[in-house]
Amino acid sequence: MDITIAWRNIWRNPRRTAVILIAVVIGIWSMVFMGALMRGVEVGMIDNGISTLTGDLQVHSRNYRNDPIVENSIREPELVHAALSKVLPPGAHSAFRVRLNAVAGNARHSAGVTLVGIDASAEKAVSFIGDAVTDGEYLSESDANGILVGQELLETFDTRLGRKIILMAQDADGEIASKAFRIKGIFQAEMKATEKQFVFVSGSAARKMLKMGNQVSEVCVALPGHRNSEAVVADLRRELGTGGEFEVNTWRELLPVLNAYLEMSNSFIFIWYVVMFVAMGFGLTNTTLMAVFERMREFGLLKALGMRPARIIRQVLIESSIILMIGMVIGNLLGILSVLLLSNTGIDLSDLAAGVEYAGMSRMIYPVLLESDILVSNLVVFVLGALVSLYPASKAARFTPIQAMAQT
Amino acid sequence: METIVQCRGIQKKYMQGKVEVRALDNVDLDIAKGEFVALAGPSGSGKTTLLNLIGGLDTVDAGKVIVDGENYAELNGAALAELRLHRIGFVFQAYNLIPVLSARENVEYVMLLQGVGTAERRERSRMILDEVGLENKYDRRPSELSGGQQQRVAVARAIVSNPSIVLADEPTANLDSKTGEGLLKIMREMNEKKKATFIFSTHDKMVMDCARRLVMIQDGRIAR
Repeated sequence: MDITIAWRNIWRNPRRTAVILIAVVIGIWSMVFMGALMRGVEVGMIDNGISTLTGDLQVHSRNYRNDPIVENSIREPELVHAALSKVLPPGAHSAFRVRLNAVAGNARHSAGVTLVGIDASAEKAVSFIGDAVTDGEYLSESDANGILVGQELLETFDTRLGRKIILMAQDADGEIASKAFRIKGIFQAEMKATEKQFVFVSGSAARKMLKMGNQVSEVCVALPGHRNSEAVVADLRRELGTGGEFEVNTWRELLPVLNAYLEMSNSFIFIWYVVMFVAMGFGLTNTTLMAVFERMREFGLLKALGMRPARIIRQVLIESSIILMIGMVIGNLLGILSVLLLSNTGIDLSDLAAGVEYAGMSRMIYPVLLESDILVSNLVVFVLGALVSLYPASKAARFTPIQAMAQT
Repeated sequence: METIVQCRGIQKKYMQGKVEVRALDNVDLDIAKGEFVALAGPSGSGKTTLLNLIGGLDTVDAGKVIVDGENYAELNGAALAELRLHRIGFVFQAYNLIPVLSARENVEYVMLLQGVGTAERRERSRMILDEVGLENKYDRRPSELSGGQQQRVAVARAIVSNPSIVLADEPTANLDSKTGEGLLKIMREMNEKKKATFIFSTHDKMVMDCARRLVMIQDGRIAR
């Protein structure tokens, strides 16, 4: 009967109930939807970070990350190969690379770049470059002269497909090596900075130019579903020996800024939930308070009949809870529907490309719905909603029957 | 005859703005079990205040109120609420029914608070509504009932759990004389059938004539 009474009381003033419901619906919808967008940004940033050459984990020679020069290359890549074949789960891919700082130039321009010498077929499975060539061709395995350059660098150098670019870098003897490559393909990446920074040649061409023998700069690994990188890194460290020649890192260690952002992200989302609730909570308290004052005579009567204050509080809380739950159901459905509608098309932020790139975000955001986010947002609304309803409820319970019935 | 209400030296003051009003001044009153008593007097004489004190809705400034053997001064808020719930029925001038509940549900609600089971609540509420002449009106909401019918629902609610005392504050004040007379008849019948003590305040001559005992109050004192 308490629920029946609560239900009927809720609809005594449909307009007021509708106002509270709209506030709760908008609150929950925005929490679910904006939460999903923020998660989408996170996933985009992780995908971006991982696919732009980082992978799920990397192996380097111990000093390479501090000083990425030829001398700090992996001298015995076969040891890494053997370790990888033991620890990598099925479906994992690895690519061995040369990766060094270089200077690129043509007749009119020159710029500092990162020279990446790749194993063309292996690289396709671990980084973006395999699918990024939009004009010309991808590299072949033993391409001696071909080079892939980004659209942005191409425009900066005012050159085109088929033209030459000279690369200069310090070789294994400490001498400056240079070699002319012909532009074989042009790639486009998620970020303009990537197009400007990296140039790709075949691994064999890079090693020959830099007199590296069979040495490589880094080994990049992509794991299926981007899962368990910590466990694989631990296995690999054990296999390669700690304190030895090698250093193995997860993408979180390789991209510390992104990792820090992700660690803060949960706090941002929670703060967002609380801010949304505060805006909604004022409306909820105010409207519930109005509803309670309007029925003060009735509460006085119930107390006169022998109803205890706790039961009056319970009655008001049941009414608030019903409104909250209806609002939560509608808000969740709208939130999930909005996410589903955008899950294929995404939100295109190309118009804000410069700002987006600066923040390390993808140009396309695909909202990602996490069960835990839905649970937390609903818990925040329900628990805090019930708490703010306690104030009007306790007000109703505090009046004596005579005081309450004297209210007009 | 056994005394059910015992008031001794009751004093009650109110502040009306900045002015102190002495609502009851050293009132002594005994009411026996099963009586049908009218507290009569002009507006502001203190009859509603006395009724509220007997009902445990308000507290005395001095003196003591003993109802059905319970001295209110010795009861805390919860015990007083329990006493009101089980042993006192209330009928108010403005009916004070719960607008979202039907006639039957209004009557049932008191029993719900008492913890009576659903089937018994339904049965007893129908029986009492039949007794006050509201058969076929069980499912009407207060807004669908006339003033007299609403007050009969209020009487049914007050009497349904067989309280020792029913307190009625000017129960006929909002009713026309014919409807008021009908209500008084019902209250008399309930008084005789259920053996409940009825104490009501009034300044209506017809109601005073109907009472078996008349207590006149003037300026906060018992006049006779």
